[in-house]
Amino acid sequence: MTQKRLTKDLLKEFRFNEKEIKHINSHIIKYPKGRVQSAVLESLFLAQKKSGGWLPESAIAAVSEILNMPKIRVLEVATFYSMFNLEPCGNFFVQICGTTPCWLRGSDEIKKACKDHIGEERKISNEDISWVEVECLGACVNAPVVQINEEYFEDLDYSSMSEILVKLKKNQPIKKGSQINRQSSEPIQREKND
Amino acid sequence: MIDEKDKIFTNLYGFRPWNLKEAKKRGDWDNTISLISKGKKFIIDEIKSSGLRGRGGAGFPTGVKWSFMPKKLTGKLHYLVVNADESEPGTCKDRDIIRNEPHKLLEGSIIASAAIGAQACYIYIRGEFVDERKILEAALEEAYSEGLVGKNACKTGLDIDIFIHRGAGAYICGEETALLESLEGKKGLPRLKPPFPATSGLFGCPTTVNNVESIAVVPEILRRGSDWFSSLGRPRNTGTKIFCISGHVNTPCNIEEEMGIPLKTLIEKYAGGVRGGWENLLAVIPGGSSVPLIPKNICDTVLMDFDSLAEVKSGLGTAAVIVMDKSTDLIRAISRISYFYKYESCGQCTPCREGTGWLWEMMEKMAKGSAKKKDIDILLNLTERIEGHTICALGDAAAWPIQGIIRHFRPYIEERIDNYKGDAV
Amino acid sequence: MVNIEIDGIDYEVEEGLALIQACEEAGIDIPRFCYHEKLSVAGNCRMCLVDVEDSRGLSPKPVASCAVQVSEGIKIYTKTERVKNAREGVMEFLLINHPLDCPICDQGGECDLQDQAMAFGHGESRFFDDKRAVENKGMGPFIKTEMTRCIHCTRCVRFSSEVSGNHEIGSIGRGNDMEITTYLNSSVESELSGNVIDLCPVGALTSRPYAFSARPWELKKTETIDVMDALGSNIRIDSKGLKVMRVLPRLNEEINEEWITDKTRFFWDGLSSQRIDNPYKRVGKKLVKTTWDDAIDLAKKNLISSKPEEIAAISGDLVPIESVYSLKKLLKGIKVKNYDCRQDGSKISGPRERWLFNSTISGIDESDGCLLIGTNPRKEAPLLNSRILRQSRNLSYPLGLIGAKCDLTYDYKLLGEDPKIVREILEGKNSFCDKLKLSKKPMMIIGQGALTGVKGSEFLDLCIELAYKFNFISNEWNGFNVLHTAASRAGAMSIDFIPEEDGKNTEEIINGCKAGLIKTIFLLGADELQLSDLDNCYVIYQGHHGDKGANNADLILPSAAFSEQNGLYMNTEGRVQESVRSVFPVGEAKEDWEIIRLISEALNLNSDFQTHEGLRNKIYKEYPNLNPFDDFQKNNPPEKKDNNDISGHKFSEAITNYWFTNSIARASANLSERNDYIQKRDN
Ligand SMILES: Cc1cc2nc3c(=O)[nH]c(=O)nc-3n(C[C@H](O)[C@H](O)[C@H](O)COP(=O)(O)O)c2cc1C
Ligand code: SF4
Ligand code: FES
Repeated sequence: MTQKRLTKDLLKEFRFNEKEIKHINSHIIKYPKGRVQSAVLESLFLAQKKSGGWLPESAIAAVSEILNMPKIRVLEVATFYSMFNLEPCGNFFVQICGTTPCWLRGSDEIKKACKDHIGEERKISNEDISWVEVECLGACVNAPVVQINEEYFEDLDYSSMSEILVKLKKNQPIKKGSQINRQSSEPIQREKND
Repeated sequence: MIDEKDKIFTNLYGFRPWNLKEAKKRGDWDNTISLISKGKKFIIDEIKSSGLRGRGGAGFPTGVKWSFMPKKLTGKLHYLVVNADESEPGTCKDRDIIRNEPHKLLEGSIIASAAIGAQACYIYIRGEFVDERKILEAALEEAYSEGLVGKNACKTGLDIDIFIHRGAGAYICGEETALLESLEGKKGLPRLKPPFPATSGLFGCPTTVNNVESIAVVPEILRRGSDWFSSLGRPRNTGTKIFCISGHVNTPCNIEEEMGIPLKTLIEKYAGGVRGGWENLLAVIPGGSSVPLIPKNICDTVLMDFDSLAEVKSGLGTAAVIVMDKSTDLIRAISRISYFYKYESCGQCTPCREGTGWLWEMMEKMAKGSAKKKDIDILLNLTERIEGHTICALGDAAAWPIQGIIRHFRPYIEERIDNYKGDAV
Repeated sequence: MVNIEIDGIDYEVEEGLALIQACEEAGIDIPRFCYHEKLSVAGNCRMCLVDVEDSRGLSPKPVASCAVQVSEGIKIYTKTERVKNAREGVMEFLLINHPLDCPICDQGGECDLQDQAMAFGHGESRFFDDKRAVENKGMGPFIKTEMTRCIHCTRCVRFSSEVSGNHEIGSIGRGNDMEITTYLNSSVESELSGNVIDLCPVGALTSRPYAFSARPWELKKTETIDVMDALGSNIRIDSKGLKVMRVLPRLNEEINEEWITDKTRFFWDGLSSQRIDNPYKRVGKKLVKTTWDDAIDLAKKNLISSKPEEIAAISGDLVPIESVYSLKKLLKGIKVKNYDCRQDGSKISGPRERWLFNSTISGIDESDGCLLIGTNPRKEAPLLNSRILRQSRNLSYPLGLIGAKCDLTYDYKLLGEDPKIVREILEGKNSFCDKLKLSKKPMMIIGQGALTGVKGSEFLDLCIELAYKFNFISNEWNGFNVLHTAASRAGAMSIDFIPEEDGKNTEEIINGCKAGLIKTIFLLGADELQLSDLDNCYVIYQGHHGDKGANNADLILPSAAFSEQNGLYMNTEGRVQESVRSVFPVGEAKEDWEIIRLISEALNLNSDFQTHEGLRNKIYKEYPNLNPFDDFQKNNPPEKKDNNDISGHKFSEAITNYWFTNSIARASANLSERNDYIQKRDN
């Protein structure tokens, strides 16, 4: 990873609406008085969702204002945690786990499927899809694993990954979770033989 | 080998619904008040004598950790923080507990909070676990609406709130003090210790941090008694444990077993054996990416618990067993782990910030074969210059896997260097 | 006190010390990069590792000596193989990504990394790959960045949130990609930002104005004090030949600790611009050069030709006590009663405890509450403000401001702008009272902006009343504080450079000039006056800059700036310090007291001092508490007067533009550039 940079998005005006402020307040009250800063991750998540999956400068400024935090502190947080994007990503954002347990079970194949169907890493395709490699997603016994937006797809291989991507492009429904009909982490034999 | 009746997580795979009604059928929340009303001292003593050691990686005795919390109230609140940041490569057990047995975790949180005098408990769950968090939130709402959590929790007269806080992608936030920083809305930078969290933790108040699994087994231990728990496994290594078996096995899975089960049994019985048979085994990382790997000859006999694995210079860690067969490019496998630590280093202390990147670059050269043989010693020396010199244990975790591979597979690395023909053009 | 052992030798040290401090006291230097006594402990560079042994035995791994406190019986080992290895390791790690550009680095010769690489490095680097390159950051006109050199000690980050309070510098990203930056590369706004240049242990943050102008060993170093505000910060002036090259802080725990303001750090170029280097006289509309003899003669003529009541004098903000004293002697000699040092029209008078910062500056650290009255301490004394910031972090520290809303870098309760609020509090009618009551050692800080209005004097008395009502003044505490902005003010006040019985004060003098009642006015470095319509009046200006005062002058007597003459100054808390000449006066300029002596002699007044030393001795005899070499005495509480009517009183702003408060600052291109920066951003 290279340093994340703030994208100054001059066109984008960012303001939390009343409902969103209420949502942020519902998190603020989880913490003791005077500890509003604890809600910074939730506020950034909300801002990121609102801006289409990434955080423009205006969103950082809005969070800083609503939580009464110096801007640099919000920026520190936004650049520290890997789930915040400081540059635009696809509407479908595919994150491929490439850490050893997934790598052992073929995450390179998954990457290849993404390259074939989407293109280079971080590039947003015409269908508004992009992909990146990430670190361990915490589902290693279902490796290889990818996360697309908020959902996990597990027990993948080149062909099941390709199938998912094809469906994504066509906006067809896809089944989340294990792609080999596993409930969760129980031991089962793969149906298909590879 | 475990008896079915001794299993704690009877719905580990989620074959049954997670909801409160079903959970109660499985025994959760059964007369919790009677456990809590035995008093703090009783609970802590019970957990101490059960021999439960933390399931988050370091294996520190849970009851002892609880006893560090101030006994006298100082006017400051006490906090329980449940570490559900599960990010150690190879580890995915807490995820199952949260999505399939959330009420075990919630009940454990109430009991542990009562034991350490906490009025609030934060469950810090890694941000990527979206479905899991939603289930946990729903379960929490159920528990609130039945009065199990919140004001007069379980009718004990105690007010204990549970809050869910999500992370946003940082392995380091699993380190307990980094986690506290993150909970306070900052970057996840590990704190200097002392002061330890039990003195000054979350928001400057006495705090205990425990792993999800450590907390979720507490109600069952108290219900069945510490004798029952300590009768499982071996001395100092008691109870049951969820193992995560990944990598080159036929049926990768999570499984609850007795501590001290032979590694070979674990792999053969549950994971369908090593791909291509036991003889095809090259090495195993037995406790998550942070512990040194062990080669096949050790795997043949080693037992899966803290002390047995320490004896062979590895560790139980999170009990995440990563299996690698003979087709594995072992140097690449470890190099990928080095990359992980480089990427996840928080960056505050010098040896880790600068060292992890250097280690990874050296490992890449080893994997290619373009290194010199004397570089192996330099590499080893570097790991020693990081180990023990950092603020938190991430530095150590980056050093150990490399020490493991050099210890057991030096000739394998040297062979790669010997065979190196220069960069293919 | 606790007993400890360091490298086998027993020591007794103070409780609460960090191991690194204990070692330092024992004369053992522990290398460090991130640790700094005035900042919170970060413990991140890992250079200060030592071995320790306590009752449980030797520590399993070396510990950071900056982050652990001494305890009874602890044994510290600083020379073991393990420690040596650890240090070597850290040095090697720091150097793998640090450029080898010492020869072109401004930090060369004063670089901690360079020094320690010599001492602890292990020679050859084993790292052959490319070094990390980091983009430079914009931090404004004062701070030059070379971020590839940064070793991530985070001193600047901690400074920015803990001392300057602006939270402007942060470290973004993580791991190897971590970078120190401001938000969006914006210029830092703090008045204290330059201190990060000193704090940075390497050459990542250096002084832009000073860049490449000299190497440390070429400089003459003079230990002296600052006059940019009334704190009297201790500084070192580095000069090369006739030129001041830079200004650095000197440690003084009582005043500036180890910081200085940006104004102090960067005014120096103002010392060599717009200087008056020759006597001038007005001929028709023009000022023309003349000789000293002619100038002194002209001064004499004008002082004799007017009647004493037609003559007046005003002293300025930068002049030392000696100058004001000799001027007063001269005026007395010719029976003039119209003189004043309160250029801004402040109504302070009476014994010193009425107009000094009685709690002392370091007393702020003891206070447990603060009421700011008509002041913006961030502009009027940024370092004092920083102490308030530090104190305000205490959980219960009531902090209120009566005055205009402003950004002080910390939270406070805005009580309103009306001076009458003081009365409200006095009468228990303000909610702030409840908090104030709980304070045992609260302090009030009254700014000059609160004292210049029509009822300034009565308002001061009202504040004294309030001070007695709460615990501002008690048997063991005196928190009644007046904050000055002019370096000369307290000194001039203490030799009573204020009008005699029937003499005129500043305002009356100026009106008198306009009305033709004052025929000759002597301005001793007085540059802050609103002067116009002085056609009827002969203006003698003695000073060093072609600034406001000189513009209206009929006769200009070129004098030495504070850095060019020895002089005494009393700071806002009543502490007398000596300013020391670091370079010689420019051109024909002479020291202030000498010029006045020449005039006195021309007037046949028998001046009883021929030397500067003689002058000082005379001052000490007449005002014993002006001897800087005597111990600093704390003040008695001021006397109380009841029933003070302040109707019609209003506050004003003591400082409108922080960067331009005196003639040297106004002549400084460094400070102008900084000012423009902010203006540009605001538009
Ligand atoms: C780099 C690092 C990452 C860690 N990650 C986790 C984690 O994801 N989950 C966890 O429970 N403990 C993790 N730990 C261990 C915690 O610091 C802490 O020891 C643990 O939460 C204590 O719980 P236990 O006593 O119940 O095991 C990590 C430690 C380090 C040094
Ligand atoms: S060891 Fe690494 S992760 Fe831990 S504090 Fe230091 S830099 Fe951060
Ligand atoms: S390594 Fe991929 S999910 Fe764990």
